[in-house]
Amino acid sequence: MIFILSWRNVWRNKLRSGVMITAMALGICAGIFSTAFYMGMADQRIDKAINTEISHIQLHKPEFLRSNEISAYIPDAEATRAEINDMEHVAGVSNRIVINSMVASAETGAGVRIVGIDPQNESATTTLHEKVVEGQYFGADRRNQIVIGQKLAEKLKVRLGSKVVITLQDVGNNITSGAFRIVGLFNTVNTMYDESNVFVLRKDLIRLTNLPKHSGHEIAILAKEIDDVEDLQKSLAGQFEGLTVRNWQEISPEMNYLNEAMDLYMYIFIVIILIALLFGIINTMLMAVLERTKEIGMLMAVGMNKGRVFSMIMVETIMLALTGGVFGVALGAFISKYFETHSIDLSLWGEVYANLGYDPFVYTSLDWMLLVNVTLMVIGAGIIASIYPAIKALSNDPADALRIE
Amino acid sequence: MNVIEIKNLHKTYNTSQVAVKAVNGIDLSISKGEFTAVVGPSGSGKTTFLNMVGGLDRPTSGEVFVDGVNIWELSSRKLIDFRLRNIGFVFQSYNLIPVFTAKENVEFIMQMQGWDAKKRFERTKKLMDEVGLGDRLSSRPGKLSGGQQQRVAVARALASKPKFILADEPTANLDSHSTENLLDIMERLNMEEEITFIFSTHDPRVMKKARRIVTIEDGKILSDERKEAEVAH
Ligand SMILES: Nc1ncnc2c1ncn2[C@@H]1O[C@H](COP(=O)(O)OP(=O)(O)OP(=O)(O)O)[C@@H](O)[C@H]1O
Ligand SMILES: [Mg+2]
Repeated sequence: MIFILSWRNVWRNKLRSGVMITAMALGICAGIFSTAFYMGMADQRIDKAINTEISHIQLHKPEFLRSNEISAYIPDAEATRAEINDMEHVAGVSNRIVINSMVASAETGAGVRIVGIDPQNESATTTLHEKVVEGQYFGADRRNQIVIGQKLAEKLKVRLGSKVVITLQDVGNNITSGAFRIVGLFNTVNTMYDESNVFVLRKDLIRLTNLPKHSGHEIAILAKEIDDVEDLQKSLAGQFEGLTVRNWQEISPEMNYLNEAMDLYMYIFIVIILIALLFGIINTMLMAVLERTKEIGMLMAVGMNKGRVFSMIMVETIMLALTGGVFGVALGAFISKYFETHSIDLSLWGEVYANLGYDPFVYTSLDWMLLVNVTLMVIGAGIIASIYPAIKALSNDPADALRIE
Repeated sequence: MNVIEIKNLHKTYNTSQVAVKAVNGIDLSISKGEFTAVVGPSGSGKTTFLNMVGGLDRPTSGEVFVDGVNIWELSSRKLIDFRLRNIGFVFQSYNLIPVFTAKENVEFIMQMQGWDAKKRFERTKKLMDEVGLGDRLSSRPGKLSGGQQQRVAVARALASKPKFILADEPTANLDSHSTENLLDIMERLNMEEEITFIFSTHDPRVMKKARRIVTIEDGKILSDERKEAEVAH
């Protein structure tokens, strides 16, 4: 009966409780939507990083990871690539030559990462080919083609068809250079990536550097499912002992932290919202207890013990908080679900986000555990908020309370 | 046998300026089945006295025994439980729980006593019949007249099967018809079920119904009269 009593008491002052419940619902809804929004942004960022930049697993010579030296190549990289390609869980494998160097136009130059690829293999592994917005993703059998980022093209003041010069050290440590014609411009929306990566054909780079014909520095692998990565990494590590096998989280730890940090920030954000609401609940309940001084005195007089009085106020507080909380969670979940399939257009501020590698069209990502956790947090807030009003209620003296007219 | 034994009861309120001796040495015995009115001018100490007898207001000195239990020696936890199981209260301003129906107001006491649902309901029905409100079980107090509310309060007080019922000015807010009606019910419960009633009042018509009248003035008993109609045990 305490539950019935508490529940009806919640609705005794409909306006006051209504205002509190509305505030609670809006606050919680905002918290859930923001969380889904930022988690969605982070997920998209990670997906994109995997799809266009890092793929799932990469193999290198350990020395290459330390020094980035051209000489730290995998001699039989092509054979390794073919072997991995036949493995289970593998969707695509790309063998790359990677050299940090300079690219120069007639006007200016820039330090870049030159990546020599075999277009077909690369297409099976990353989505670079889909990001080419001008020209093409390598054409017919012409020598020295290069695909660069639109952003880099702007920086170098070059256009499609322009020539740029790549200068680098070959395996014999001699400076060498080659002129490449721009056949395609790509745009991944990650400005930083676009400005610092250029793509050429592996065979052109081999000719220029005198690297062995079947060598490479980096073998990038796309698994069929992200859940396969762990197993695949294990079997690769067993099979290729001389190579370092890293998964996407190891390659780009910030991607992993991004998710975790975002999660943490959002919980902190929700806790802050709840603390603000907590004071509202305490205030509402204090007013309710004050108004009912005489009634609480009567209840104590006829034999309601302190434990029951305390529970009565606590249950009422939790019910008040939870009513708002449930509305907020439901509304937040509904809105967040909707925007999982309908994008939120941030292109007005797109520039800022693009510089950080985020897509201007955000799809929210709602984790059901968030709803459970928020509901539990609301109950916790209700319990905390009830303590002071409940103590106030207990401090009533029945004889004094009953003398109130 | 005495249900209540009051010995040299004192209560002094220490206000900022003066110490008010609200009750100043009362001795009284009340036996089972009595129908006692406590009367006296305003401020004479009636409420203070009843509150001390009912375990609501701690005496400055003196003792109250209920069925041999010195109630003011109980811990505050035990005292609350003692009130729940032994004393029924009726208040001047009814003091029902407004969000509960009449039935729930009565049942609530029994639930706190740990009765099971079926017994609770049967007894509630019976008590509500006794106070003439068997057809208003699901009305909330706001939908009942003052007299009806006070009858629900009497049913609530009876619910715990108390050793006695304390009623501080139960008719003060009622019109004469409702007063008459409530007193009839109280009298009948007293006669037929031997419920011990102690009530305070200003109202001469109410005093007339009492079979024992204890008059208090300045916190002391001025007179203690029994009417010849007193039941013989
Ligand atoms: N909590 C309190 N603090 C200080 N003085 C009090 C308190 N309660 C009662 N008194 C005083 O004690 C005296 C007795 O009061 P009490 O309420 O018992 O009288 P009463 O006979 O019930 O009066 P009434 O007929 O007006 O209800 C009064 O002088 C009153 O002012
Ligand atoms: Mg009084």
